Amino acid sequence: MKYAGLLVMPAGFFLSLAALILFPAPGPRAAFVLCGLAVEGMGLAVAVRGHMEARGDRRP
Amino acid sequence: MTPALTPALSDVAFAFILALLLLAPLAIAGVALINTGLGRSRSAAQALLGSVAIMAAAVIVFALVGSAWVGGAGHSFQLAGKSWNWLGASPFFLSGLGSASPQSQLGLLFELLAVAMAALIPWGSGMDRWRLMAGCAAAAVLAFAVFPLTAHWIWGGGWLSQLGINFGLGAGFLDGGGAATVHVLGGLSALAVVWIAGSRKGKFPKEGLATAMPGHNAVYVVFGCLLALVGWQAWNVAGAILWLHVAPGALAVTAVNTLLSAAAALAATFAVTQIRFGKPDASLCANGWLAGLVASSACAGLITPAEALLVGLVAGIVTPLMVELLELALSIDDPSGAITVHAAGGLWGLLAAGFFAPQPGQLVAQLVGIAALLGIVLPLVYLLFWLLNRAVPFRVDPDGERIGMDLHELGGGAYPEFVIHRDESYR
Repeated sequence: MKYAGLLVMPAGFFLSLAALILFPAPGPRAAFVLCGLAVEGMGLAVAVRGHMEARGDRRP
Repeated sequence: MTPALTPALSDVAFAFILALLLLAPLAIAGVALINTGLGRSRSAAQALLGSVAIMAAAVIVFALVGSAWVGGAGHSFQLAGKSWNWLGASPFFLSGLGSASPQSQLGLLFELLAVAMAALIPWGSGMDRWRLMAGCAAAAVLAFAVFPLTAHWIWGGGWLSQLGINFGLGAGFLDGGGAATVHVLGGLSALAVVWIAGSRKGKFPKEGLATAMPGHNAVYVVFGCLLALVGWQAWNVAGAILWLHVAPGALAVTAVNTLLSAAAALAATFAVTQIRFGKPDASLCANGWLAGLVASSACAGLITPAEALLVGLVAGIVTPLMVELLELALSIDDPSGAITVHAAGGLWGLLAAGFFAPQPGQLVAQLVGIAALLGIVLPLVYLLFWLLNRAVPFRVDPDGERIGMDLHELGGGAYPEFVIHRDESYR
């Protein structure tokens, strides 16, 4: 699960990058960049969740 | 080496920046002292020796190899009619440094200090269980690959610094004092270390709340804060000249903003811990102070004093709450608080630079930079550290953790005239 989250994060970055190329207008560009950051945030949340579950399994 | 990006420096300006950069290592000394104080007494010598060894490893590797990938026209590709410069290309082993421009020489010194600090930050998060050799190897990996990439993108004429020219986003991604290249990189590396090395033994028992493992020397911690202030002011002012090209008349404001941000952050953390625990908490207040300094690294050269107060205030409120969240809710054992202080504090500073900068589009440029740090740097660091952990195991064996890193790795304690209690004696 941690690895899945970490794989999602670059996808969010590429979304932000795509916003620069696809949207010349400031409004849609900013919105799309924020969407990319939101995807990264979700990836981070999944990675953190994966860390918590792995730790729970290893508890003494 | 970094290319000359500004008009030629006068001799006086060169000497002034050089003097600032000679003071900047005090910031590193402060962080090393804070980290040591926040760890256990039985690992104190290993923590401080590790800080020096990690700096040495990072600086050597960066000087020999990494610096070649920061400056120079470098490697780029064309996409959508724009040039994307992603990696620098200059001579290895610092060849030609003596004949380089004054800006390039000062830029290199700044980068050497920056890579030392970036490599040091995760050391605090891995305290009491991260082996010294593994820490040095991780520092070498950061200095070899990740720091040069990030520094080139931001300081070396890479694609993030060109966002203003290519896409009309303000002045491109701005990071005068190394909030991104040093602190966010270091903080995210700290997260990767904590994930890979795991938590300290007994930190998260099977039932109940996380065990409190307070730092062993609050005096080190608070004195480290004072040392860090001196270094940080020099660091931010030097960065403002080198990377933001701030006019000489505005340099005092940069130093004032650094101090105000730290002061506001301390006041906020003091108040939050007073309200939550009934008394101010020394280690959290130190973390708040440091978070204010980190946040100022991104924006001290760009904002007004009132805005610096606001930046520090937010950093100071968020820091103690986030330290608690990471430990109690997310099971992240970070003894020095580096993930909160450096990663979160740095990200907030970068965002604040976008909010308060006068140029249109600056906020989007900062957001794209943050996206690059979270989306590329964190997975890359985790991957590299995960591979490194296979070759040089990060975590000390259980016996080493029980007797303490000092005895296990160095053969002697930091405080030999005092009896260091064993875990069994706590019952």
